[in-house]
Amino acid sequence: MALLNIRNLTVRFATATGSFTAVDGVDVSVDRGEVLAIVGESGSGKSVSMLAVMGLLPDTATITADEMTYDGRDISNMTRAERRRLIGREITMIFQEPVASLNPSFTTGFQIEEVLRVNLGLSKREARARALDLFRAVGIPEPEEKLRAYPHQMSGGQCQRVMIAMAIASKPRLLIADEPTTALDVTIQKQILDLLMKLQEEYGMALILITHDMGVVAETADRVVVQYKGRKMEEADVLSLFEAPQHPYTRALLSALPENATGDRLPTVSDYYSQEAGR
Amino acid sequence: MSVVLEGRGITRDYHVPGGLFGGAKTVRALKGIDFKVEKGKTLAIVGESGSGKSTLGRIVALIDPATGGELLIDGKPVDITKARPGPGMRSRVQMVFQNPYGSLNPRQKIGNVLMEPLVINTKIPAAERRERAEAMLIRVGLGPEHFNRYPHMFSGGQRQRIAIARALMLNPALLVLDEPVSALDLSVQAQVLNLLADLQDEFGLTYVFVSHDLSVVRYIADEVMVISQGEAVEQGSREEVFANPRHPYTRQLFAATPVTDVEAIRARVARRKAARGAVTA
Repeated sequence: MALLNIRNLTVRFATATGSFTAVDGVDVSVDRGEVLAIVGESGSGKSVSMLAVMGLLPDTATITADEMTYDGRDISNMTRAERRRLIGREITMIFQEPVASLNPSFTTGFQIEEVLRVNLGLSKREARARALDLFRAVGIPEPEEKLRAYPHQMSGGQCQRVMIAMAIASKPRLLIADEPTTALDVTIQKQILDLLMKLQEEYGMALILITHDMGVVAETADRVVVQYKGRKMEEADVLSLFEAPQHPYTRALLSALPENATGDRLPTVSDYYSQEAGR
Repeated sequence: MSVVLEGRGITRDYHVPGGLFGGAKTVRALKGIDFKVEKGKTLAIVGESGSGKSTLGRIVALIDPATGGELLIDGKPVDITKARPGPGMRSRVQMVFQNPYGSLNPRQKIGNVLMEPLVINTKIPAAERRERAEAMLIRVGLGPEHFNRYPHMFSGGQRQRIAIARALMLNPALLVLDEPVSALDLSVQAQVLNLLADLQDEFGLTYVFVSHDLSVVRYIADEVMVISQGEAVEQGSREEVFANPRHPYTRQLFAATPVTDVEAIRARVARRKAARGAVTA
């Protein structure tokens, strides 16, 4: 049975010019211990569907789904208290801008200890010890010192490690990572992806990785969902997707990668669509 | 082939003034960089954040002065600390910035964006300015109907086309492109890269292409310079650098760049299966 199962999810936003459909009838499911990549360009609704699961969308959003279950439990009908027990403990999330995700006015140690005390009910002393363990687990150098550091005193990669430490504090069964390496340099990106994959194996947690980067997909995913303009275009295991993409949009995206350029010109998505239409 | 751009031992220092908690410091952002670019070629400057690649781009674009060393454009030394570059020099070198949302004035109509370099640097009459701006809009894949629109009415890719059009209004010989596609979606990135390649052929442009993305560099560059902490650690033709990277830092960069090669994915999936089998067994 799937850990998270969403069928026919639609998210609409009320805007000044009427209703805008950001996600249009998308199915997503992820199994225990599986790495699912949701890939798409800006405006594809790849983040919005996961924010809907986390209950992080503003009031202007209308969420409808035929089914939205986590571990057999219905998420959409949960009371706020029930949802709070689930979100932030069993399902956690990290975001694109690690430096902006942390509060600049408090030390990183204070912020992670707060998570531990509120979510796990640890005492101050226990929280401090566990925070130190977590900082070691995510590979932060000089962890004792870094617990006393403010976010601006750390690099982007280190801040993302702090975010990951917070996200795995409660040993979640599902971690959602929304573009976790987009703001980072390529060598740091590799370290963070390696860390996420290592923790995923160790904790046996499911990982949903939201990304626009086909390279990141190739290096991490078991299964891939390709989204475009709020709709699911294709779903496949990672090897089939790269070996034999089925949907024209996926084929277009892959051929637009500069490393796949065969001639002098890069094929573009619109080239591909006009070609397909001409057939 | 004529050399359009040459740098000899370019250095750049930034002075960090002392504050409440410490004395003044001098940071050497560039530590003596040498390079040459021939007409119609593309030099890619590759590095990570803090490497000094954008500082070098700004020096080449005559926005910031170098602290030491010599910058030659068309074989003539240029030093902007002695004299501001005149219209002649400005129309040789132009720049396109990374963020097309920040580099266009939100209150300025696109037509005026394109005509402004002509107003400042030339004596071309208004009617001809307008003609040239409209022609340039068409050249970069937009239309004359966009002349009276504001930047917010365009997508990121379209704005980057406008920024490129503005840079080309003075018929420059040299274009400095600072991460011109890194804010764009993959499919739009391909369109803009194609446009840049076409324009280079058509106008015989020389590019200095600053980027952190090795797959883009591999596609567009003729010459590659890898810089790390203000030093050029590797320089050579694209073929040399990609086939046989010599410096450990370059190798590290290559190793960290994700590959979308099917065989690599197959190997990774197999490794993962094996690891899982070992856990359940």
